[in-house]
Amino acid sequence: MPLNLTVSPDFAPSHISGWFIFNTWMQRQLGEGIHLELYDSFDAQREDIKAGKYDLVYANPFDASMLVRDLGFKALVRPLAKADETIIATNADSSIRSVEDLDPGCQLYTTDDPDVNRIAMIMLEAADLDESNTQSHTVDSYVIVARNILKGSADAGFFLKDAYDELSDLIRSQMRVLITSEISVVHHTFLVGPKLQERAEEIQKFLIAMSNDAKGKSVLDSMGLQGFEEMTEEETEFMIDLIDTLID
Amino acid sequence: MSEHDTNDVRDVVIKYNDGTSRTTTVVDREVPYPEGKLIVSRTDTKGNITHANQAFVEMSGYMHEELIGQNHYILRHPDMPAVAFSGLWETIQSGKKWHGYVKNLRKDGAYYWVKATVIPNIRKGVVVGYTSVRRKPSRSKISESEALYKTLL
Ligand SMILES: Cc1cc2nc3c(=O)[nH]c(=O)nc-3n(C[C@H](O)[C@H](O)[C@H](O)COP(=O)(O)O)c2cc1C
Repeated sequence: MPLNLTVSPDFAPSHISGWFIFNTWMQRQLGEGIHLELYDSFDAQREDIKAGKYDLVYANPFDASMLVRDLGFKALVRPLAKADETIIATNADSSIRSVEDLDPGCQLYTTDDPDVNRIAMIMLEAADLDESNTQSHTVDSYVIVARNILKGSADAGFFLKDAYDELSDLIRSQMRVLITSEISVVHHTFLVGPKLQERAEEIQKFLIAMSNDAKGKSVLDSMGLQGFEEMTEEETEFMIDLIDTLID
Repeated sequence: MSEHDTNDVRDVVIKYNDGTSRTTTVVDREVPYPEGKLIVSRTDTKGNITHANQAFVEMSGYMHEELIGQNHYILRHPDMPAVAFSGLWETIQSGKKWHGYVKNLRKDGAYYWVKATVIPNIRKGVVVGYTSVRRKPSRSKISESEALYKTLL
């Protein structure tokens, strides 16, 4: 039976091939077959993770909580210099200059990315906006969120900052950023399941060493990552506690 | 920041639950919450600060070294009613999450409002400390809290 790997669906489409290259690299390091499965939907992926389908997961911070606390996974590393931050943006021609200018009943465009949606809603709380007095439209990608802002159907849209930064200059020039989160301690993690605990240390070592050699470096480049750094158990617990305070 | 601010300066004695007290200067001037940030701190089980993030350092006006090891009550503002904090401690000591609006006192005597969430840090079934994460509160919640806390003082 090969091992199973999955990756949180929030990476840029241009990095899909990078994750397959990573999977090949991982198989060589581990000396075992690994099947990589990618998802478009966070919810569908979460159901399969809960059903115990995966041994290796590159998870977004909200799913990391579930993986560690409920499913006995262990976080080994986090990506270097890559915190998950959230942007709320509007049309550049709009009169809206800050989240406080958004009114009840406003139309929000979002993806189904749980971290981004949660952090964005927290930033909207300061304007007395929540699920009960806004209209959320969930679309398939950040490009579609942007398109709805440009068309004027969205009063505001939510973005993962990395995804926003990867939009074309032309698209970004037609939007205005209302707020960017600066949380810095909430990020993705690479985790291994209970079946792989014995090899956890070995896996952690080769992931950390990845940026030291040319082959590893080129794999990282193809995923749009600079490298991985160690995540201690207490750092993981700390991040999970923090996320817990953001969920009501 | 708040339209009520008078910039009045007064000296007050703040009494803490552990029997100690200090005299300090309070200025009626609000410092705005930093946009997009979370203010994060952790304490041991007695409320002594063990971790403070950069936003906490900047907003409190203390240096990082001054905060670590201090009891969290150094941020206690005299306009906060004691019952707010007894409710906090009761909730977290029973293992639950606490939410509330808090007016905090800075080192320079000015104040800032936060919406705080405090949770127990449970490691291998044991509470080893607490984490507090604050976010920006809305003006309407601040006004409601100001009105409520006045009646509880
Ligand atoms: C994690 C944590 C964070 C806290 N943060 C604050 C705070 O920001 N401001 C504050 O006045 N009290 C805070 N408290 C409550 C204080 O410990 C203390 O109860 C309060 O300042 C009132 O002082 P007293 O209990 O001596 O009356 C916090 C407590 C914990 C456990």
